[in-house]
Amino acid sequence: MSEIIALSAAQAADAVQRGELDAGELFEAYRARAAADQLNAFVWVAEGVPAAVEGPLGGVPLAVKDLFCTEGVPSQSGSRILEDYRPPYTATVVERLAAAGAPLLGKTNQDEFAMGSSTENSAFGAVLNPWDRRRVPGGSSGGSAAAVAARSAPWALGTDTGGSIRQPAALCGIVGLKPTYGAVSRYGMIAFASSLDQAGPLTRDVTDAALLYSRMVGPRDPRDSTSLQFPGAIERPTRSDLAGVRIGVPGELTGEGIEPGVLAAFEQTLEVARTLGASVERCALPHAPHALAAYYVLAPAEASSNLARFDGVRYGYRAAGASDLTEMYTRTRHDGFGAEVKRRIMLGTYALSSGYYDAFYGRAQRVRTKIAEDFAAAFERFDFIATPTAPGVAFELGAKTADPLAMYLNDFCTVPMSLAGIPAISIPCGLAEPPGGGRELPVGFQLAGPAFSENALLGASFALEQALAFDGSAPHEA
Amino acid sequence: MIDREEVRHVARLARLQLSDAEVDRMAVELAGVLEHIATIEQLDLDDVAPTSHVVAVENALRADEPQPSLPRERALASAPQVADDGFAVPSPQA
Repeated sequence: MSEIIALSAAQAADAVQRGELDAGELFEAYRARAAADQLNAFVWVAEGVPAAVEGPLGGVPLAVKDLFCTEGVPSQSGSRILEDYRPPYTATVVERLAAAGAPLLGKTNQDEFAMGSSTENSAFGAVLNPWDRRRVPGGSSGGSAAAVAARSAPWALGTDTGGSIRQPAALCGIVGLKPTYGAVSRYGMIAFASSLDQAGPLTRDVTDAALLYSRMVGPRDPRDSTSLQFPGAIERPTRSDLAGVRIGVPGELTGEGIEPGVLAAFEQTLEVARTLGASVERCALPHAPHALAAYYVLAPAEASSNLARFDGVRYGYRAAGASDLTEMYTRTRHDGFGAEVKRRIMLGTYALSSGYYDAFYGRAQRVRTKIAEDFAAAFERFDFIATPTAPGVAFELGAKTADPLAMYLNDFCTVPMSLAGIPAISIPCGLAEPPGGGRELPVGFQLAGPAFSENALLGASFALEQALAFDGSAPHEA
Repeated sequence: MIDREEVRHVARLARLQLSDAEVDRMAVELAGVLEHIATIEQLDLDDVAPTSHVVAVENALRADEPQPSLPRERALASAPQVADDGFAVPSPQA
């Protein structure tokens, strides 16, 4: 059993394809671990072993964030308003991965409607970080990240709107890729902010991320008008050096507000990149410090519109005893949504309301343009932009729940890439002590590239990963 | 920046019932976030075009051909209340 768990997803897929490992045995090994999960990472686990599907993903089971619709299986987006909702169809990306040989292992816990950076906003309880159970796993894809780090899933799907794959990957010591906007179909993802939401892999290593991602992209999905055909195929990364690679380090995202331990691990990783042949120079993203402000207008505005559909009429929770339709709506939404979701709906509705639209939404859209222009200018001189993924290591449960702005600041380094729609990956680059001292915790290194540069990003990340030789041994008890 | 009356107005627009305690808390929390958001007022953005979508996609239209849709009973399967093969909602006249 433990030998099976020790295999990376790519190794397990290879072993199945060589006939050395039985796919059913592999599924059951992980199913048992997921069912025994003590981190609250899973909200639903498959009951039996599914029929074998031949495919390049070798039958390696997949943990899927709760917000992906899965036919007949709870898909609740971490919300009471969708408690035990079982959709009549399956998200395109989940369908594609199952057809390629990655059957559904379970659904993972998340911040309600993906709004949060700690997975404490779930209606189904907080997720614990496997490195230290008094701490958060990050969010909003915290269940997916914790499950992979604790090896109760070989790999997982998450979604990233402003950092929700990259930040939990960083805090749990695993790899997380946010793809180019449009590269993966959003059909069947319960929407948060449609112009930003992207599905991506959370995996133990870069090779696994490339393998899973290679089957997430593909032909344009006719059911998602914003999806795009990925140019070319995603390749298995093999790069062993960074000769000729130009890395830009934006001063705006690597100074104030970053914990010293995180900054030290980041600087050491840049040194490793230099040793591998990369050039590392300062660059400027002058509008990046304003990204968070723009994001907290645009994302809530889109959310307030997207979440209008939760009205107690067609599915999900309905408040009982209302005497008319408006009362039914307002009470259903009061009871069904948690505090953070209400806050974002209010913020978004305010920003879009008469008299404030131009001052908030209009201006935020213009800031978005400037941020995208900053990246475009930087990519004329650099192949990649590097920053720490999160400003700190995993923080203690409850440490930031009382102050929404303090929680939002977790996304300081990841939101600019989301607004620009460009791909970015977080890889574990070392350990650092938390500010108050104590057991060392993982630090994430973020690398971002131009739209559709995923192969280059994965290649460079692979070279770094091999040189860093990060020992990702989170305490493995599930 | 945002007072309790305005919080109540926005909550009505959002079809969201808030208790008095929630209104009080929301006014304080939103004011804090709006103060941070207000930093973008310092930027000179007069000649900047807004971005609503990062990827240059022209109209993405499919052929206008009828496709099978979800069968009625499956569409109604998760409904809190069904009447006459449709979604039932509370009505003062009912």
